[in-house]
Amino acid sequence: MSSTAVDTGKPARDAPYQGPLLEVRDLHVEFKTRDGLVKAVNGVNYSVSAGETLAVLGESGSGKSVTAQAIMGILDMPPARIPQGEIRYRGQDMLTMDKESRRKIRGQKIAMIFQDALSSLNPVLTVGFQLGEMFRAHHGTSRKEAKAKAIELMDRVRIPAAKERVGDYPHQFSGGMRQRIMIAMALALEPDLIIADEPTTALDVTVQAQVMDLLAELQAEYHMGLILITHDLGVVADVADKIAVMYAGRIVETAPVHDLYARPAHPYTRGLLDSIPRLDQKGQELYAIKGLPPNLLRIPPGCAFNPRCPRAQDICRQEVPKLFQVTGPDGAELTGRQSACFFWKETLDDA
Amino acid sequence: MGSYVLRRVLQMIPVFFGATLLIFLMVYTLPGDPIAAMYGDKAADPATVANLRHKFYLDQPVWKQYLHYMGNVLTLDFGTSFTGRPVSEIMADAFPVTIRLALVAFFFEIVIGLTLGLVSGLKRGSIGDTLVLVLTLVVISIPVFVLGYIAQTVFAINLGWVTATVQDSTDITQLILPGLVLASLSLAYVARLTRTSLGENLRADYIRTATAKGLPRRTIVGRHLLRNSLIPVVTFLGTDLGALMGGAIVTEGIFNIQGVGNILYKAINQKEGPTVVGVVTILVIVYLVASLVVDLLYAVLDPRIRYA
Repeated sequence: MSSTAVDTGKPARDAPYQGPLLEVRDLHVEFKTRDGLVKAVNGVNYSVSAGETLAVLGESGSGKSVTAQAIMGILDMPPARIPQGEIRYRGQDMLTMDKESRRKIRGQKIAMIFQDALSSLNPVLTVGFQLGEMFRAHHGTSRKEAKAKAIELMDRVRIPAAKERVGDYPHQFSGGMRQRIMIAMALALEPDLIIADEPTTALDVTVQAQVMDLLAELQAEYHMGLILITHDLGVVADVADKIAVMYAGRIVETAPVHDLYARPAHPYTRGLLDSIPRLDQKGQELYAIKGLPPNLLRIPPGCAFNPRCPRAQDICRQEVPKLFQVTGPDGAELTGRQSACFFWKETLDDA
Repeated sequence: MGSYVLRRVLQMIPVFFGATLLIFLMVYTLPGDPIAAMYGDKAADPATVANLRHKFYLDQPVWKQYLHYMGNVLTLDFGTSFTGRPVSEIMADAFPVTIRLALVAFFFEIVIGLTLGLVSGLKRGSIGDTLVLVLTLVVISIPVFVLGYIAQTVFAINLGWVTATVQDSTDITQLILPGLVLASLSLAYVARLTRTSLGENLRADYIRTATAKGLPRRTIVGRHLLRNSLIPVVTFLGTDLGALMGGAIVTEGIFNIQGVGNILYKAINQKEGPTVVGVVTILVIVYLVASLVVDLLYAVLDPRIRYA
């Protein structure tokens, strides 16, 4: 071999694979409950490439978290079931993998940050131990070395006095610091993809921006893919490259972030944007989408949004709209823009 | 931590005095004359009776008797029983027997109780889980004396595996059956408590995190799940050890074990004040120490609890 390349010990990372890092294709997830079959995810498609940030937006119960948990492989099965769909990591379908290969991807290649860091960290183990566990479980690092790496990680996410605090327990940290520890844990083995499930929801507004900035900065530095799950439209605008809006377990609109804010092509997205409080409209009543999200046991026929939609026609109650390619006024396809509305054109023109 | 322990030990003093006073009053105000009881149906010589009453301080008012008794107890003199044997000697004979029995029972409680709890808790809804639930329910519903006599009849009399009563309490093999009977109820509670605790913690967010970290299953269960799930179980076990020491009256009766429960039962029947108060005083101390140990253990297991 004449290659002069230094062996980095990370072969998978440098493998010659083209195409998206992660691809979710026609994913369905359902839960068996006493009341019947809850269809939480009904045919989700999305993909994320290295260095890209995909924001998944939606109300509670829209299936955004369930999709993420399906990707991580941390759904409780049963009661959950994945009747169809594919989740491809670097082209390989993870749903058909054996348990052990799947486990090796978890944490090492795809890591997840959870919403509530206090309950998501083990209360009886020190943060240093929980961080070091990543190295010990995946690389067989010694206890002592793992502790040193844990301190390094804590420094990396800017936790002050990391060396002194490595032996502290989660409850001894503030909310923002705890979320930094979660981020450090996800970052530990420099994964290709991080899924952040509402990483700032449980934090003070002042701390939210700090944590989000840190996450964005680290993502850029390591050139990772990031799936950001949120219902906070404000968070999304600053960091995301593209957005997928979910409703009742389906994606109703995808678009590059600024296009979506400027001209939504789905009435639901439009409703979400209109319900953001604005300083220049002080004194006016705040807009709210009428009605409630559908019961996932009985998703309405046709478009799931039709009972709440101001634009609903007969067709919306009969036929499920597929994701239509959105085109500009000149008829040219707008890249990355799709909408699951029969009247996307009208909605777009209204904006 | 040190100041907390000191405070707790100081708190034991009023509890100790209060408990002994109550027992003392209860025993000494019971109707019936212990001296007359000693003579049974025989007519007693009034002079001798008066003599005995004086000897045992029974001719004094109750409060004087109590002060006299406590004064002796503080010098570790528990008095003499009406039969003339020093109470400390009676207790020195009985306590080792009960401690041995309690430890055998405690061993079964931990090993069998935890095993059953783990089996059912980790595989909820499985056949094993259902079996454990039914079994523990049966054990909890049947009174100990019924269970004790059934076990004695089946294993000792019908099958002849063991002797029906304990001949030599230093022989651990003879204590296995009584130990199992004594442990049965607590064992069922431990199994159910472990199961519930595991079930709660299995759904906890930090277990989801541990899974998402890609840890192997045995690490998740052994390191993350068990450590948290066993906190309430350890607390229960600690207080139960105290209960096993004092609560063996029925079991000791069935298997004729000459332990604390047995002498306490006899002493109450014969209105043997000094023995009853002596034994119960020791049991009160055992309880107090056990609960202190449990509280300290709690802080060791759960770092969120700190005593200052």
